[in-house]
Amino acid sequence: MTISELTPNPVNSRDESTEPTRRSFDPERLGLGLLLLTGALLVVVGTGMVTGVLATLALALTLGTVVALIGAAILGGPEVRRKIAPYGLLKPGMLWLALFYLAPLVTLLRNSLSTLPSRFAVKADFDWNFGNYSTAFTDFGGQFQRGFGYAAVATVLTIFLGYPLAYVIAFRGGKYRGLLLGLIIIPFFTSYLIRTIAWQSLLADTGPIPSVLNDLGFQPILNALGIMDGDKILNTPAAVIGGLTYNFLPFMALPIYVSLEKINLNLVDAAKDLYSGSVRAFCKVIFPLSLPGLFAGTLLTFIPASGDFVNQQYLGNPNTSVIGQSIQNQFLVQNNLPVASAMSFVLMMIITVFVIIYSRFFGTDDLA
Amino acid sequence: MSAPSSPLGSVARWGLNLFAVGVMMYLFMPIFWIVGFSFNEPKGKFNFVWQNTTLDNWREPFKDEALTDALLTSLKIASISTLIATVLGSLIALALARYSFKGNAFLDFVLVLPLTTPEIVIGSSLATLFLDQNVTRGFSTVVIAHVMFQISFVALTVRARVRGFDWTLEQAAQDLGASPMRTFWKVTFPLILPGILAASLLSFALSLDDFIITLFNAGSVSTFPLFVNASFKNSFSPQINVLATIVLLASVALMASGTLVSRAKSRRSTR
Repeated sequence: MTISELTPNPVNSRDESTEPTRRSFDPERLGLGLLLLTGALLVVVGTGMVTGVLATLALALTLGTVVALIGAAILGGPEVRRKIAPYGLLKPGMLWLALFYLAPLVTLLRNSLSTLPSRFAVKADFDWNFGNYSTAFTDFGGQFQRGFGYAAVATVLTIFLGYPLAYVIAFRGGKYRGLLLGLIIIPFFTSYLIRTIAWQSLLADTGPIPSVLNDLGFQPILNALGIMDGDKILNTPAAVIGGLTYNFLPFMALPIYVSLEKINLNLVDAAKDLYSGSVRAFCKVIFPLSLPGLFAGTLLTFIPASGDFVNQQYLGNPNTSVIGQSIQNQFLVQNNLPVASAMSFVLMMIITVFVIIYSRFFGTDDLA
Repeated sequence: MSAPSSPLGSVARWGLNLFAVGVMMYLFMPIFWIVGFSFNEPKGKFNFVWQNTTLDNWREPFKDEALTDALLTSLKIASISTLIATVLGSLIALALARYSFKGNAFLDFVLVLPLTTPEIVIGSSLATLFLDQNVTRGFSTVVIAHVMFQISFVALTVRARVRGFDWTLEQAAQDLGASPMRTFWKVTFPLILPGILAASLLSFALSLDDFIITLFNAGSVSTFPLFVNASFKNSFSPQINVLATIVLLASVALMASGTLVSRAKSRRSTR
């Protein structure tokens, strides 16, 4: 065994394999520029910020650049083709994202600053109405807090449940690792909604779980811990958090498994040869190397959980309502588009700040 | 790893294994409930309380016509959107993995964004776009929405799979006189195909199961999850459980056969 085999990979080793091609590739600012320009034009047209002749002009420009790119690829030699190839490949998908991811965020922002002319109007008029944001915070502050609070607790619980699961499969699964991994994914293949409804029945007052817990005499303990409310579980915060934990557990367990699986077991043996106990070997070797998976799992769990309302809708009560539910209710039921948009935009901003800080530290590579 | 040295260590070992088994059972508890209640003979409209065992629901899996229609709509939407997203997403993955160029990191960030945006934000913002542009929400707006989040998913998954490939193989083929087209179909495409298939399968499942984004953009169209959501208040037929079980079994069969095929292939190539 050589020294190099024993040297741990640095945790942030994501850049080493990204450049299989020649480094001396000419920076093609033009390609990126065209991509960004057409993207921006599509956003402008999509959001309706320009109308009439200008919109037609912008569309024509977008089409023109695309045609020009194809023309250049056909007429130019292989050298030109190789240089613009990546942008040609990127273009269709990126334009789709510009038009249906970025443009909607702009219209969302505009709607959040608008006023409904009447209670039943379909469209809101844009008039820099910042009042929607103060309504969002004053009327729905509790929902924001609960949404993020439940998501945070659920994320911690998924780590607590998911890490040991991933650990056992990665290190003790032997030849059944693939099968065990498949078992984690199988619940995914049943509708999320139906699984949550299943929990509703399992936790219902007449359902199997409360009656088993009561028969076993756990009720006083669970009451003291605030998990059960009398002999009820359903319609408590605990049920909502339990549902979130259940639904996002695979999103935590799988990335952790992926990073555990990459660990070179020689490192663990080396640590043990150097007289570190199992616990110490875990703390000093395995755990640090599994951090990328843990961080990816945290993002993949916390973000969807903070906007989720399905678990709250089926497992909670009106006092446990969360922000996702308020957005859904204001948007689709109350027809209060501006306030719903404002809440949605705030949620988006908080998450984005969280992700940016996060990816600064840990990168985003392990998300896929 | 080495064998446990002390009795305490072996207790801890088995404790951890037992814990993992417990977590696994937690994951499967609702699945057992769903499959089990497909054999129930409910009294009244709601299939939530156990009455009698029956095979009737399985004899007529498509009895609930509106439900079957919703499932078919979901399958249609998932097929179309997966097809579009697989092509667009794979092209992006190819560009990111195969070439190094300016703006690589920025585009990476753009790709991750849709996956790190809560579904409710994506759903509501798309709905405001369609409202502002006077687009009637329905089948095609759902497809558009699904393609949007699938592109990111496919691109990132495929890129992760093709990273670290030996792209000099392409040059080797061209040096041996293969045209660029031939090089792509004979060398590049077979290399990236398994990754693309896996990504498209999973993104098909994502589309089939999507509820929140669909809810905002479906208009009067009913997909399987939307129908189930509405059924919870009106009438929850046992056919919902039957169809959910069928979808589950089909997915498992597909996944298992995919694994077996790739295993057989790698065995053949190592022989």
